[in-house]
Amino acid sequence: MNFWLIQSLNSMALGGLFFLLSAGFSLIFGLMRIANLSHGAYFMFGAYVGLTVLRAKGSFVLAIVAGAAAVVVLGGIIERFILRRLSGRVLAQVLVTLGIAFIISDACLLIWTGDPIPLPIPQALRGTVRIGVVAFPIYRIAVVGLALLVAGGLWMLMEKTRIGAMIRAGVDDMQMARGLGISVSKLFTAVFCLGAALAGAGGVLGGPILSVYPGLDTDMLPLALVVVILGGAGSLVGAFVGSFVIGFVYTFGQALLPDLTYMILFIPMVIVLALRPRGLFGRILT
Amino acid sequence: MKSQTRSYSWLVACLLLVALLMPTMASAQSEPIRLGFLTIKSGALAAGGRQMEEGLNLFLKERNFTLVGRKVELITADTAGQPAMTKNKTQELVERNKVHVIIGPLAAFEALAIDAYILQSQTPIISPSAAAEDMTQRKVNPYFVRAVGTSAQPHHPLGEYTAKDLKYKRVATIADDFAFGHEITSGFQRTFEENGGKIVQKLWSPLNVADYGSYIGQIKTDVDAVFAAFAGANGLRFLKQYNEYGLKDRIPVLGAMTTTDEGILKNMGDEAMGVISAGWYTAMIKSPANERFVKAVNKEYGADPGYYTMGAYNAGLFLEQALKAVNGKIEDKKAFMAALKRTHLKEGPMGEIILDEYGNPILNIYIRKVERVDGKLVNSVLKVYPKVSQFWTYNPKEFLAAPVYTRDYPPARNLE
Repeated sequence: MNFWLIQSLNSMALGGLFFLLSAGFSLIFGLMRIANLSHGAYFMFGAYVGLTVLRAKGSFVLAIVAGAAAVVVLGGIIERFILRRLSGRVLAQVLVTLGIAFIISDACLLIWTGDPIPLPIPQALRGTVRIGVVAFPIYRIAVVGLALLVAGGLWMLMEKTRIGAMIRAGVDDMQMARGLGISVSKLFTAVFCLGAALAGAGGVLGGPILSVYPGLDTDMLPLALVVVILGGAGSLVGAFVGSFVIGFVYTFGQALLPDLTYMILFIPMVIVLALRPRGLFGRILT
Repeated sequence: MKSQTRSYSWLVACLLLVALLMPTMASAQSEPIRLGFLTIKSGALAAGGRQMEEGLNLFLKERNFTLVGRKVELITADTAGQPAMTKNKTQELVERNKVHVIIGPLAAFEALAIDAYILQSQTPIISPSAAAEDMTQRKVNPYFVRAVGTSAQPHHPLGEYTAKDLKYKRVATIADDFAFGHEITSGFQRTFEENGGKIVQKLWSPLNVADYGSYIGQIKTDVDAVFAAFAGANGLRFLKQYNEYGLKDRIPVLGAMTTTDEGILKNMGDEAMGVISAGWYTAMIKSPANERFVKAVNKEYGADPGYYTMGAYNAGLFLEQALKAVNGKIEDKKAFMAALKRTHLKEGPMGEIILDEYGNPILNIYIRKVERVDGKLVNSVLKVYPKVSQFWTYNPKEFLAAPVYTRDYPPARNLE
């Protein structure tokens, strides 16, 4: 009983973390069709910036804002000056984002050295809370709450605002959106920055659980890819459901089938791809 | 006036020529010793690589880059922690830079990747870090000596200590799922169970696991302790999450040498307090040689030395002693290699060290406990096991006849 309860809670927490990681990736891919392989590096860079701010100012909220802001600036520059020039050339974009990921991770190594560093948990969220018979870390519950909050916020943005409608129009039919006078160019930058901000903030929020260390980027990127492929590229609902599905599969898979630990993540992805190549909630992209 | 200027410039030209030739002439008398150094400066293992570099640099700096009257030319290569790259860089060091001896590499899988080439090119190599058991056991390479112990070497005594001194009966283990983690855990399990303990649960987490939550959730709550064997950042991540789940105050943690290594201990907090581990080194060893060393490292690099810093420094000490034995004639490879294999350091930061016939040190193993001293986390010494061999108290022949330690060997018979 204990086991099922605590592992379910673990799965939820991990799912929340995965959503914070992959929402931005999904958003960017959905609109711009760019598989941004720098996403893991953005996540790590955000965490490092957050760490520095946390050490200097001691405020976790400020650290999240700073982490997000730093990655927005970086992402904005990359989108405007590099990806923009390669629009429509998928292979070139993939390669350039991969190259940028290497550059970012080397720069992080240079600035923050290679020492692994944990981000401290904010004072108010330390300790455990009793849920039924098990003690569970408060911070992890907070991460799930935040993921839900972010999901709700993004849903509102996409469904209830004008800019959301423009983004949806762009995802559905780019040509038509252009024809209707939507400035797709500005929209691209805005969405890319939003995706980058989510990665940066996610990095800081994940910091107390994951710690930040060289290699965090390459540990995280495949997870984001798996979530988005499973959930359906470009669908926020897909990213949300995918995150929690993967959270559960990952946690229970490791616990119940330890011999399959290395494959467990990819099994659901393969099954979904075989039966429903567009992912659980994906549309067929044109 | 004009001719005067001309002859003057001639003079200057001659002077320049002489100045240019001087170092060449000096070096013709005694060429520098070319020391190749394989380390990791990029990627996930860069922190350990940097610490190794600091250890070796300190060693050479203290000696003004001169050993036994000969200058030492240090040629550093970055392997990025990738075995294929390690092999390329080793070939480059040997064939292009014509190094006399190599110190490195960092990781066991790197050392294994160059094993055949080392043998074929007959290049003496001193390992400052790679601890894979078989390199000095069932697959001995005559050109390979180790300046650190094997994976299991400190954890044989720890197993005994846990059963006899701590009187723990039931222990769960969790470790990185790769050779280093397997060997450490097996060594610990063997002596712990031989002394009456029971390993009731064994968990293996992938090296790049995203989160330890699902593993921590599985740990049996009725054990006396958890033995956690991690390398790199994982020790820090595990202990932090273990504490986060409120387990730290309920089930004590025993660690491998690298779980609470000084290199990561400096970034840990209360979650590491009280962890008992074993290693061939701790910055807290009370001896004049070590106190001097720790002071020097702190002065140069602002941190306590740990596994990697000490390993590289120790490799330097090995090199120095062997060079002394052959009067600096490193070109006589046979004599140099023989001298290297006879290494016997009477004193050094780690205490007395003698190489066994397989090229692996017999050294002191320190049982350590993380404590806070002057606001800083340190590994205080609880007990010293003197002169511990890689074979512990077992007969080497019988030890070698059995298979190397793996995930399932020796088998755990008390799992529940």
